[in-house]
Amino acid sequence: MIPRSFEYSAPGTLDEAVALLQKLGSDAKILSGGQSLIPMMKLRLASPPHIVDINRIPGLDYITEKDGFLRIGALVRESDLERSELVRSRFPILVDTTSVIADPLVRNQATVCGNLAHGDPANDHPATMLALGAIVVAVGPRGERDVPVENFFPALFTTALEADEILREIKIPIPPPSTGGAYLKLERKVGDYATAGVAVQITLNNSGACTAAAGIGLTNVGFTPIKAVKAEAFVKGKQLDQAAVKQASEIAAGESHPVDDIRGPADYKRDLVRVLTARAIVRALERVKGGV
Amino acid sequence: MTPRTSPEVGGMGHSVKRKEDPRFLRGQGNYVDDVVLPDMLYLDIVRSPYAHAKITNIDTSKALAIPGVAAVITGKDLAQYNLHWMPTLMSDTQMVLPVEKVMYQAQEVAAVLATSRYVAADGVDAVEIDYDPLPVVVDPKKALLPDAPVLRTDKEGKKDNHIWHWEWGDKAATDKTFQEAEVTVQEDIYIPRIHVSSIETCGCVAHFNKVTGKLTVWMTTQAPHAIRTVFALVAGHVGLAEHKIQIISPDIGGGFGGKVPVYPGYVIAVAASVLTGKPVKWIEDRMENLQADSFARDYHISAELAGKKDGTITGLRIKTIADHGYTDAAANPSKFPAGLFHICTGSYDLKAAHVEVDGAYTNKPPGGIAYRCSFRVTEAVHTIERIADVMAHEIGMDPAEFRFKNFIKPEQFPYKSALGWEYDSGNYAAALKLAMERIEYDELRKEQAEKRARGELTGIGISSFTEIVGAGPSKHFDILGLKMFDSAEIRVHPTGKVIARFGTKSQGQGHETTYAQIIAEELGFPVADIAVEEGDTDTAPYGLGTYASRSTPVAGAACAMAARKIRDKARKIAAYLLEAHEDDLEWEPGKFFVKGSPDRAKTIQEISLAAYTNHPPGVEAGLEAVDYYDPPNLTYPFGSYICVVDIDKGTGEVKIRRFVAVDDCGNIINPMIVEGQIHGGLTMGLAPAMYEEIQYDESGNNLNGSFMNYLLPTAVETPKWETDKTCTPSPHHPLGAKGVGESATVGAPAAIVNAVVDAMWHLGVRHIDIPITPAKVWKLLRENGVSE
Ligand SMILES: Cc1cc2nc3c(=O)[nH]c(=O)nc-3n(C[C@H](O)[C@H](O)[C@H](O)COP(=O)(O)OP(=O)(O)OC[C@H]3O[C@@H](n4cnc5c(N)ncnc54)[C@H](O)[C@@H]3O)c2cc1C
Repeated sequence: MIPRSFEYSAPGTLDEAVALLQKLGSDAKILSGGQSLIPMMKLRLASPPHIVDINRIPGLDYITEKDGFLRIGALVRESDLERSELVRSRFPILVDTTSVIADPLVRNQATVCGNLAHGDPANDHPATMLALGAIVVAVGPRGERDVPVENFFPALFTTALEADEILREIKIPIPPPSTGGAYLKLERKVGDYATAGVAVQITLNNSGACTAAAGIGLTNVGFTPIKAVKAEAFVKGKQLDQAAVKQASEIAAGESHPVDDIRGPADYKRDLVRVLTARAIVRALERVKGGV
Repeated sequence: MTPRTSPEVGGMGHSVKRKEDPRFLRGQGNYVDDVVLPDMLYLDIVRSPYAHAKITNIDTSKALAIPGVAAVITGKDLAQYNLHWMPTLMSDTQMVLPVEKVMYQAQEVAAVLATSRYVAADGVDAVEIDYDPLPVVVDPKKALLPDAPVLRTDKEGKKDNHIWHWEWGDKAATDKTFQEAEVTVQEDIYIPRIHVSSIETCGCVAHFNKVTGKLTVWMTTQAPHAIRTVFALVAGHVGLAEHKIQIISPDIGGGFGGKVPVYPGYVIAVAASVLTGKPVKWIEDRMENLQADSFARDYHISAELAGKKDGTITGLRIKTIADHGYTDAAANPSKFPAGLFHICTGSYDLKAAHVEVDGAYTNKPPGGIAYRCSFRVTEAVHTIERIADVMAHEIGMDPAEFRFKNFIKPEQFPYKSALGWEYDSGNYAAALKLAMERIEYDELRKEQAEKRARGELTGIGISSFTEIVGAGPSKHFDILGLKMFDSAEIRVHPTGKVIARFGTKSQGQGHETTYAQIIAEELGFPVADIAVEEGDTDTAPYGLGTYASRSTPVAGAACAMAARKIRDKARKIAAYLLEAHEDDLEWEPGKFFVKGSPDRAKTIQEISLAAYTNHPPGVEAGLEAVDYYDPPNLTYPFGSYICVVDIDKGTGEVKIRRFVAVDDCGNIINPMIVEGQIHGGLTMGLAPAMYEEIQYDESGNNLNGSFMNYLLPTAVETPKWETDKTCTPSPHHPLGAKGVGESATVGAPAAIVNAVVDAMWHLGVRHIDIPITPAKVWKLLRENGVSE
């Protein structure tokens, strides 16, 4: 439980940080909340020679609404998300998600951006961000670029970020009226990673049918976070009655690729996706109608 | 019981605030890792990645090249002093460091000594070891098959992995009850391997002073005196003798049986200090603690119950395979390799019983310790409470009614059980009745029926356990020959202030308060005037330590007896001071007075002063006493727990809606401490019932060697415990007390399983092995056609 020794830098600006990353190349690792990186270093599963701590960079801890997007800066902690009035009123699905991540101690440190940057399919925000159609803003020596979150997780523990890029911001489109979302997770105990998790975001049109904006994301049932595109396609334009919910949940289960592990056998997890998808759709529909 | 003393004095029955808490709450406790000595070296351990492998080479050169690494110790180094093997408490043998081969994953292979903890860790990384993997035996049933690879090749002539066979009871009479039975039931019950996971891991600081030849070891141990004797016996040949060994067990952050054994790390640290002449600190990290320290339980049980159609139980037959890992490092009384498992007839009056246990070696960590349980009582209670429930359901009888029918009746005490125990006292029906009232049992059964009609799953489970604690009478109980008495020494000083020392060692149980209250009760000194000390072998009287709920039954009794010796002497002094005859004096807590003239009195404080300033002719000065208490019998606490669960048909999650615990531990010394013990114990019963199990794959790899996957329940998982009590004093204990530290851990799991099975019996579910995970419940639901 003792890491190997490493160098440590704490740049004061994003530019400095990017310059350092460019100089150090793959020797460097960014430290934000440290709640994934530090445990891995203590277990010597990761031994980065150089830590670039971005926590001293001012101005990265904002949660704002601007130009049609909710914007979450790189140093926004999970607990900030829980406490934000903007998030609580407009994005209950984000509150669902953050409140089932780890425990309050971890959430005081862990960042929302780090939760994506870590690329762990067991993390909870990726599924939610997939359901919300979020965009990741990366900054590097070549400037800034937008990466749609569905392109952000190419493989296990891998993201679309280059070694010299910093995830500066997550942008989430402000949903139209008649939108509801929910994130449901089954965990073995509080603080545990998901046995399975499902995020659902739904917008209804005037006749009560689901619009094209529907999003469904799955946690920890594959090597990457999964966007359940077939289930999304199925619900589009449909009235979500009991039969449709049932069918959508079965389709989503079919899109999961769980494996047997200590959290349970694959068929169990697949069935959990079915059960949780159905429940999440129902909860999302309640929220469309103004429920909590 | 209304207290006999005032709240200021704080004798029995007062919820005195714990005397030890201010230092714990202010972070001023003194744990082993708080001990820092000048020039201290730090020890870290290289552990085996394999569960079974030959060691072909150990190369320490790279580690030794790291600045700050002082030495690397291997089995070969220890072998020069014949210290590479050590005896276990069960007279088996255990490697300190291996010379030939490793026997389980995470076994100690070499130790690095360095000037800082950090450098030691780097040193561990740099030790290069070559292994030749050997066939691994994980399943104890397979270990006992004729073609299984023999693991203990170190034992000359050993041709199998069988450790011992033990049986108890009248086999013929038991078989007869089965032949004559109207109903029999059988169930395979596995009680999984679990870990105590105390908040403080194990460790020590060993300091050998080369000038004085004295070895001082600050150590996480529940039994410092026994450890000192073991050290003297094991290391006598290298010059350590009992008067030159001081074991100090400072504040201990939880023991639960896991701090009874001698772990290799302690011995290596001692050897390292003797070799270097410097203090050596070894503190395990959490993963080492989980992966290598002694496990508990791991019993593969087949239980059968015979009875009549009217619900009368007649016979019990149990066969068990006990997985001990690669050595039997249990901590049982010597005569009982399966501990007190033969308390398995529980709270029921049945004619005959027979128990067989076979120990098996496997490639897993050693152990078989009594995790918050008096030597396999948990296994016994789980078995009888599960199999009783199966029979009740089988014959269609309400499990409560079934228990009432079979309970040992109050008038049958002292009760001789079919397996030879003499139960001291009990009123089992009263406890169950109270639990049923508290939970509104009849209403719940109605609600359950209504819910079932709607397809919802609710279950109600009962566990009416009987414990057997306070080991134990010297006739039957010893560890390595040391009789299981315990001791108290009380010294009253001239100003009426008291220091009392004990052979036990609190690990969080609150001894400093409880023992002080016993002295307050017996002598009338206020609790505030009494200091209790334990854990230093240089000062405390010899005792066997704290585990198996034995402190109050044994050392608590010694405390009362020593206090009574002091009172006898105080009477002599009072008689002298009052110029009265001893027989004319009457005692009330805190003073002697002349019968009929309460004004002619001497307080215990006045008597204390006189003992040093004006003692009677012909009587020794001073006021102190020692007592070594050899209990005439064990004590038999009991209780009835009822659990209500709701099951989520979609996910398989089990939610404990209510849990009522009625305990009876005889007369209570501190009600608050007792309640605290029960709350903690219930949570430690919930843990194996729903969350905890150490798992291995077929290669012997530990699958959950950290808290990420070894699931300790937190406050979030813990239901609201509803507690209550009845009081049936022990007739033989001087205070009528019984011991309570473990009851809840022992009794709770069966109530939870019984509730879950009760919810699904109508679907065809007869049994679930703990831990009851959502995945297991989900499988049973789907197999039986239930879904959402
Ligand atoms: C006990 C415990 C339980 C947990 N349970 C859960 C859970 O249930 N669900 C869940 O989702 N998570 C869980 N986590 C993980 C936690 O949420 C992590 O903190 C999070 O995944 C990573 O965020 P961080 O800010 O701590 O990142 P760090 O640990 O600092 O970094 C993680 C990785 O991301 C990189 N990185 C971080 N920030 C950036 C950035 N802005 N730009 C580029 N790269 C970056 C780092 O270089 C590193 O490789 C748990 C953690 C702990 C300790």
